[in-house]
Amino acid sequence: MSFLVLDKLTKRFGDHVAVDALSLAVEQGEFVSLLGPSGCGKTTTLQMIAGFVEATSGSATLEGRDLLSMRPAQRGLGIVFQSYALFPHMTVTQNVAFGLEMRGVSRAERESRVAEALALVGLAKLADRYPRRMSGGQQQRVALARALVIRPRILLLDEPLSNLDAKLREEMQIELRQIQRTVGTTTLLVTHDQAEAMALSDRVVVMNAGKVEQVARPDEAYERPATPFVAAFLGKTNRLMVDGAEVTVRPERIRFCNEGSGMPGRVAARIFQGNHWLYHVDTGSGRVIVIRQNAGDAVPAEGDNVRIAW
Amino acid sequence: MSRNGPLALAFHAAFVTFMVAPIAIVVLVAFTPEGFLSVPMTHWSLRWFRAIAGYPEFIEAFWSSLLLGALSSAIAITLSVPAALAVSRYRFPGRQALTALFLSPLMIPNVVLGIAFLRFFTQVGIGGTFAGLVLAHVVIVFPFALRLVLASATGLDRALENAAISLGASGFTVFRRVTLPLILPGVASGWMLAFIQSFDEVTMTVFIATPGASTLPVRMFLYIQDNIDPLVASVSAVVIAVTLIFMLLLDRLYGLDRLLSGRGRD
Amino acid sequence: MTAVDPHPGPLPRQRVTLRPWLLSLPALVLFAAVVVTPLVMTVVLSFHDFSTMGGIKPVFILKNWHDVFTDEYYREMFGRTIRIALWVTAICAVAGAPEAYILSRMSARWRGIFLLAILGPLLISVVARTLGWALLFGGATGVVNQALMKLGLLSRPLPFMFTETGMVVALSHVLVPFMVLSVWAALQRLDPQVENAALSLGASHATVLTRVVLPQAMPGVLSGAIIVFSLAASAFATPAIIGGRRLKVASTLAYDEFLNTLNWPLGAAVAVLLLAGIAAIVFGANRLVERRYASVFE
Repeated sequence: MSFLVLDKLTKRFGDHVAVDALSLAVEQGEFVSLLGPSGCGKTTTLQMIAGFVEATSGSATLEGRDLLSMRPAQRGLGIVFQSYALFPHMTVTQNVAFGLEMRGVSRAERESRVAEALALVGLAKLADRYPRRMSGGQQQRVALARALVIRPRILLLDEPLSNLDAKLREEMQIELRQIQRTVGTTTLLVTHDQAEAMALSDRVVVMNAGKVEQVARPDEAYERPATPFVAAFLGKTNRLMVDGAEVTVRPERIRFCNEGSGMPGRVAARIFQGNHWLYHVDTGSGRVIVIRQNAGDAVPAEGDNVRIAW
Repeated sequence: MSRNGPLALAFHAAFVTFMVAPIAIVVLVAFTPEGFLSVPMTHWSLRWFRAIAGYPEFIEAFWSSLLLGALSSAIAITLSVPAALAVSRYRFPGRQALTALFLSPLMIPNVVLGIAFLRFFTQVGIGGTFAGLVLAHVVIVFPFALRLVLASATGLDRALENAAISLGASGFTVFRRVTLPLILPGVASGWMLAFIQSFDEVTMTVFIATPGASTLPVRMFLYIQDNIDPLVASVSAVVIAVTLIFMLLLDRLYGLDRLLSGRGRD
Repeated sequence: MTAVDPHPGPLPRQRVTLRPWLLSLPALVLFAAVVVTPLVMTVVLSFHDFSTMGGIKPVFILKNWHDVFTDEYYREMFGRTIRIALWVTAICAVAGAPEAYILSRMSARWRGIFLLAILGPLLISVVARTLGWALLFGGATGVVNQALMKLGLLSRPLPFMFTETGMVVALSHVLVPFMVLSVWAALQRLDPQVENAALSLGASHATVLTRVVLPQAMPGVLSGAIIVFSLAASAFATPAIIGGRRLKVASTLAYDEFLNTLNWPLGAAVAVLLLAGIAAIVFGANRLVERRYASVFE
């Protein structure tokens, strides 16, 4: 039996169905992402698992026990909130120790476990700092330590990296993955960033308007999207009418070729992105997006006539 | 560097003079050595402050006002904390009406409230008692306390309480360890603003005060009806001094403009 | 969990309906007992009868209301009340709004000091403040009068005490901070870049003031005016001290009936009329302001 089982979990707000009969089985130690645009129901699902929103119908069981009948304070989940929700009037140590205090852990054991958690996230030196004197990245780590120190059965992450700038976000993604691998906690991440979901997860759950579009490994979902929504949401994609049939092609699979082969087109825009060039090519079948690796060689310019093939 | 031209600054100077002059004159006259008001003042003396000792009704009224202010503010704050939490945390039918009810004393002229209390207290039998004064003042200062506690409570990140709950804390523990420490500035300032409002209040109190249970502003008011002399100026100077202390404290903590519009510090 | 849920809440739904009412219960009981009940009793009182012999008789008659609406004496009182309130409102608007604007253009340090000087008096007892006016202009012993007479600029003291002008001036002093506060709050919401945008498009400073700043500050001026008007119309201590027994307004009239004549029912009628009148004006004015400015702010 799976570690966490969501069975037809549903949430209705009046007439609006936020989460529509969501079913999912998560194995122990897995890192699963709930991915989708704003309003797709991913956050609501997390809130139901956490207990801050009451489910309209359906069930959620953790290790076989009914989760939804437990009060939020009893569910033993570790949660990292989008705003981090660090207690501003407590130091880092006091923040991290809070959950242990609630569990009646002895002071000696509290101290050692807090130190362990802070070392895990690399913040041992800031133990006595107050949250407002810390950067966003540091606060995020404290929030993570606070959630992990209680040895939760599941770790819930609500868009934890969305407030960080791009570079920091990339670094934190790698660290987050490593920490999760080290500790082995089953993790559920909510995000709208498809790159992030694909980078971190064992499996992604792509959601749209309350429904699950696809559950698969990131590479599977990317290469073999189950629905047009998934195809468009993960990475970029082209949908073209060729010879009367609709074709979807990933931009990186398209190459520029010589006269005599491929489809003719004209470069409408060329955008330099560091390690690759992004092209918008106008063709008879519509506008095509092409990604061309930057190998340091000559590339077509704006206004050029080109031919593309895949 | 001010971006105001000379015309604006002249207007401003006149305005500030207009605001400060009456208060300054009260303090100045309090220090006059004469038995009447005269300019220019060449000497100053504490004679009229010492004279207050000969008017025990002022001294007694002063302590009454202090006690009344402290007590009614404390009660008002104690009642407004749960009310503020209720209104800021939950969306329920009747929420708007409830908030309006709690803030209504601000809308009702104090003169009307004074009359209403007088009638009510007389019928109920607590007319002319200190308890009646306390009850009336609690109602009058309640909106001031509530507005400030509410500002603190609504500024609180909801996720903080959720975080505490998720870590295993139950209802009262969440309040004691997370909510209360974080709304404490609002509570403290609410108490102080409520105190000042009670300490100053005269329009309503003049209706329900009696010689046996009176406040300093009421005593001052009644005295002024008959004579205007340096004695009442010195009493006023004391009142101004007490108020100034609280005012500076509150400005430090909050900023007077935010405070008086009920918004509190963000 | 702050992002998308249209109905966020910290606790599962089944507890929401009862909890807030339980939390508000103590305050609710207080208000029901000590606010609602007394007010209702006062309205009822206004329908009672009174005689110097028999005291208050708990009957239902319209005599008091009839008197208040038809008797010339009361018409004059209410007329004076409204007249004074309108003058005070006008003066406060004309003086307070520009001052708020000037303050907003000051450097932070000066601004803080002057805000304290202007708003601070709100916290000082109205009795002390009004006493100051009496000391400044009260007859021959008024400090300003003394000084001006000594300098030979005046032969007689400026009439102040027991005049409507004096009441208006003193009330304006007491209430103008509310106007400054209200306009100040409105000005805080202004984006300073909007003024710069107007300047960059060629507007003169005067135009910026009248076409950009003033329209945006207007809601502040109007809500300040409503506050000042209602406070001026219901003011008691200042009119009592400056106006004395000769120049009564609604509040001092009610006081007189209650504590001197002892005709409580009549006093109650005056008070209820004052309350109803102010409530109607404030409510109506607020609706007008909201409707006029709703499209701009929300």
